[in-house]
Amino acid sequence: MIDFLIGPFVTFGFMRVALVACFALALANGPVGTLLLMRRESLDGNVLSHAVVPGAALGFLYAGYSLAVLTLGGLLSGLAVAGLAALLARSRPRLHDTSLIAFYLVSLSFGVMIVAARGSQADLMHVLFGTVLAVDLKALVLIACISSVTMLAIAAFYRPLAVESFDPAFLRAVGGGGGAFRAIFITLVVLNLVASFQAFGTLLAIGPMLLPAAAARCWTRKVWPTMALATLIGMAAALAGLLISYYAKLPSGPAIVMGAGVIYGVSSLAAGRTRLKPRGI
Amino acid sequence: MVSAARIAAAPLGRSLAVALLALGGRAQATFSRHFDGGYDPDSSDRLVGSETGGIVVRNLSLRYGERCAFENLTGEFAPASLTAVIGPNGAGKSSLLKVLAGIIRPASGEVVCSALARHRLAYLPQQDELDRDFPITVAELVALGDWRKFGSVREVPPGLATVVHEAVAAVGLSSAIDRPIAELSVGQFQRALFARLLLQDADVILLDEPFAALDESTTEDLLRFLQRWQEEGRTVVAVLHDLDRARRYFPTTLLLARVPIAWGDTPVSLTADNLARAQNVAAPPENDRVGQTA
Repeated sequence: MIDFLIGPFVTFGFMRVALVACFALALANGPVGTLLLMRRESLDGNVLSHAVVPGAALGFLYAGYSLAVLTLGGLLSGLAVAGLAALLARSRPRLHDTSLIAFYLVSLSFGVMIVAARGSQADLMHVLFGTVLAVDLKALVLIACISSVTMLAIAAFYRPLAVESFDPAFLRAVGGGGGAFRAIFITLVVLNLVASFQAFGTLLAIGPMLLPAAAARCWTRKVWPTMALATLIGMAAALAGLLISYYAKLPSGPAIVMGAGVIYGVSSLAAGRTRLKPRGI
Repeated sequence: MVSAARIAAAPLGRSLAVALLALGGRAQATFSRHFDGGYDPDSSDRLVGSETGGIVVRNLSLRYGERCAFENLTGEFAPASLTAVIGPNGAGKSSLLKVLAGIIRPASGEVVCSALARHRLAYLPQQDELDRDFPITVAELVALGDWRKFGSVREVPPGLATVVHEAVAAVGLSSAIDRPIAELSVGQFQRALFARLLLQDADVILLDEPFAALDESTTEDLLRFLQRWQEEGRTVVAVLHDLDRARRYFPTTLLLARVPIAWGDTPVSLTADNLARAQNVAAPPENDRVGQTA
């Protein structure tokens, strides 16, 4: 039994690296995903995960598989789209979701066109779905750095981040500098999506961020427990997904996201009764 | 040998810790200066009497695309006044409040309000604009009112719990103080928001339909706070739907129907004639609403 659980990781270095990378991602994704859900911005998160593609693809076009260039490109295009979306949202708040979808479609097709023009089918699959098992030590260090920075930033700015998502007008009225914290949070989301992008690709990068947090929210409404539980669920899903992909010879990224999805489904069914309690009593 | 190294390392570690703490303190101070509106918790900048300043608006207009929310508004919400903003649906009442609160920028005209610049303005949005599912308890919500004392990164002052308890008791919500806001009724939630206003201690208080969907006793309780605030010299502006309530409790009324119909003493503003004019002006040829803010 023990051998079944840890055997693959003892035998293969790449499995160990993949597991550690997923754990590091889960540590940052728990808090970020929880905040994203609290702000009701899961759609924004999904769009940003695709906004990373054009930059990363351009980086790939010029420098091939260079981690630094891919990351920087992804980060820049993610932040650019976030900025544009914020501008559009200010001028036409009622069309926010429509413009988000437009950004999502345009970024994705643009990125895929660039990759397809230069690279192979395998490159395309790598961009779309990532390759957890191909995470090397350099990428692992990058992921670890991003998670550490994210956790420190959330610990430092938790209070204004939470208040800004609940009542931005209030924060502005008392001089709390709401816009700055929105920008900080979006930057954190993009950073983590860039980190996830290496392992899960553009289509699934949002999965390890949102699904564990959504599952954790079924069990508790308090924020810190939700964040901690989301991290644990993310780790469990990573372990289960990697094992399944190893034994059943299935792609590892989708297996991990699938694992998180199953946990979410079970959680919402199991906790369904309490969540359906009407408010106001 | 080992113990010698440890003895040598101890003061080093201590001085390192001191240096780190100092660095953290400096970073916190710098951060507060830049992101917390430059607020200094030790200075009391609450002005008194007429100095608190009302709000002066000159030729104020707001448009949503082609459609005009309100236009040509000129006048003053006098210091220490209690004003009702009355008007038909889509007359631009809520939009006006948002402009006064600095949330929306007007298309033209200007708002002079010193309280806004000094972060001494409180704005209570319509209830449905707040996410009631947000995981926060009544005590936490109310404590936010004292934001200026602790800001984004500073430690909360030791007396905060006492102040919060007092405010929650004042609005009659003590029994629910530790409950999440998702479990409150509409009336209880509004009471909690009023407790936050008590802590916020603002010079200008803007309320968007504060009594919508509330029962009579809650409304009576909360109305008393409005009157108390006015007596304390604060400028209070509330969007209302109930004409009787405006006549009974609000000395001043602004009757708004995209254009100002009347602005002054309530009995003079709310004549049958003026009300009929407001209906006619506002009767919208097309039936589109100004979104949920109408």
